[in-house]
Amino acid sequence: MIRDITIGQYYPAKSVIHRLDPRAKIVCTLLFLVSLFVQNSLLGYVIATAFLGTVIHLSKVPLKFIVKGLKPILILLLFTVVMNLFLNKGGETLVSFWIFQITENGLRVSVFMAIRLMYLVAGSSIMTFTTTPNALTDGIEKLLYPLNKIKVPVHEVAMMMSIALRFIPILLEETDKIMKAQIARGADLESGNILQRAKAMVPILVPLFVSAFRRANDLAMAMEARCYRGGEGRTKMKPLVYHGRDRVAYVIVLVYLAAVFCVGRFVPFSIWIF
Amino acid sequence: MEMIEAKKLVYEYEKRDEDGNVTGLNRAVDGIDLRISEGSFVAILGHNGSGKSTLAKHLNAILVPTGGTVWVDGKDTKDPKELWNVRQSAGMVFQNPDNQIIGTVVEEDVGFGPENLGVPSEEIWQRVEDSLKAVGMIKYRSHSPNKLSGGQKQRVAIAGVIAMEPKCIVLDEPTAMLDPNGRKEVIRTVERLRKEKNVTVILITHYMEEVIDADEVFVMDGGHIVMHGTPREVFSQVDRLKEIRMDVPQVTMLAEMLRKRGIALPKGILRKEELVEALCRLN
Repeated sequence: MIRDITIGQYYPAKSVIHRLDPRAKIVCTLLFLVSLFVQNSLLGYVIATAFLGTVIHLSKVPLKFIVKGLKPILILLLFTVVMNLFLNKGGETLVSFWIFQITENGLRVSVFMAIRLMYLVAGSSIMTFTTTPNALTDGIEKLLYPLNKIKVPVHEVAMMMSIALRFIPILLEETDKIMKAQIARGADLESGNILQRAKAMVPILVPLFVSAFRRANDLAMAMEARCYRGGEGRTKMKPLVYHGRDRVAYVIVLVYLAAVFCVGRFVPFSIWIF
Repeated sequence: MEMIEAKKLVYEYEKRDEDGNVTGLNRAVDGIDLRISEGSFVAILGHNGSGKSTLAKHLNAILVPTGGTVWVDGKDTKDPKELWNVRQSAGMVFQNPDNQIIGTVVEEDVGFGPENLGVPSEEIWQRVEDSLKAVGMIKYRSHSPNKLSGGQKQRVAIAGVIAMEPKCIVLDEPTAMLDPNGRKEVIRTVERLRKEKNVTVILITHYMEEVIDADEVFVMDGGHIVMHGTPREVFSQVDRLKEIRMDVPQVTMLAEMLRKRGIALPKGILRKEELVEALCRLN
């Protein structure tokens, strides 16, 4: 089941989007998400679709992958659509039965909400598909660096994130080993109700935590032995440098945002929702 | 010149019971005097609990002596101002290959040390390339460390230390968690580095076969250095080693048993070839 979730995965390919600076990608993604919420016009969504489609095409990530990434939000999507469909009143009543009524307004809101949510996930997964976790961490660290002034330990948080990424596969492997060891001793992990199965997890989690702490201790020692002393005075092997293409990306996204915003505000033939 | 010198080194830690109350003091290292000259290959042997790892951690200022002094490249490890210089002079490779690799990509991990030292980016790339070549792992530079074998991981860890350009490398049981192939791989890498880069190597181990090429061997037991000399001198005292629960290399053991049965073999045979030659020369 864990393997089905494509959000947060990296899709290796050689594309313009892959080569963009992670900071540019993070900021542009955020702007794209903003663009989905500042407008409610049909034309606006057409522009957003065109933009997202172009980016997906440029990124060389197969559409199948992105659609697969939408699966985990399916239930949320259905819930939102159903709720909006029945609870929004106003406009002409299209269908009515028993206590339920589907109105024109409800239909519009629910369709647009569904599009919004899907684009939200698709937009952010394009970012994670095209950026290695390390580059992402670096980008976040650089972007949040100003927070250092108000004593937010930005470097430390970024370092913790990248170490966590490094240890996920190791700990997964270890969990597997411990599970097998406990099964070999007669632990029953498969049967019983949820409560019983949760209880059966205890003999797996306890050794896992103990070993995670031991690893953390070892790692801290190894880091100190290699002269790690926090972010100060540290240089980067792969420093983030903006290139021409990053500036172009910023400009394109800003133009897109302005276009969507203007369309939503000033184009009269658009269909309004709120 | 002395790379490492220890005088009357003592390290104590508090023994605690299950509630965390101090029940007594434990001396892991008890009055050690040690001199290791620059460019030499020194092995420290001892069974579990002999204090050899504690000693190793003093050479990198991870532990600071309770009593006595350790100088690394002339710098006192107790001096907080010299702490980072000491750690740069004496790089350290640990036992568990998984728990000392920080980067998610091989080359990024090797670059971790130089990054911490504030080396400029272009030089880091140069150093990473050189050190990965030196350990023969350049092919794997953009791989994830999770996909490497134990021996390869240890070689990456060694590259990570070399990239900091230390004068001395301390290897704390680097082969203890490896299979025989990985063990050979790591020891061969260490030997090659020693010859090519002329760094001082301090190898802490309990595998006798790994130390026969060392210039000097120290044997530790109960926090003391109980034997000291060339591998030949140390391994010729088979009985003494047995007393402190240490094994000798198989070949040495065989030669010793033959000698006790009255076959006139010289003491301290370390290699298969030596034994063959000695046996052939018998009559």
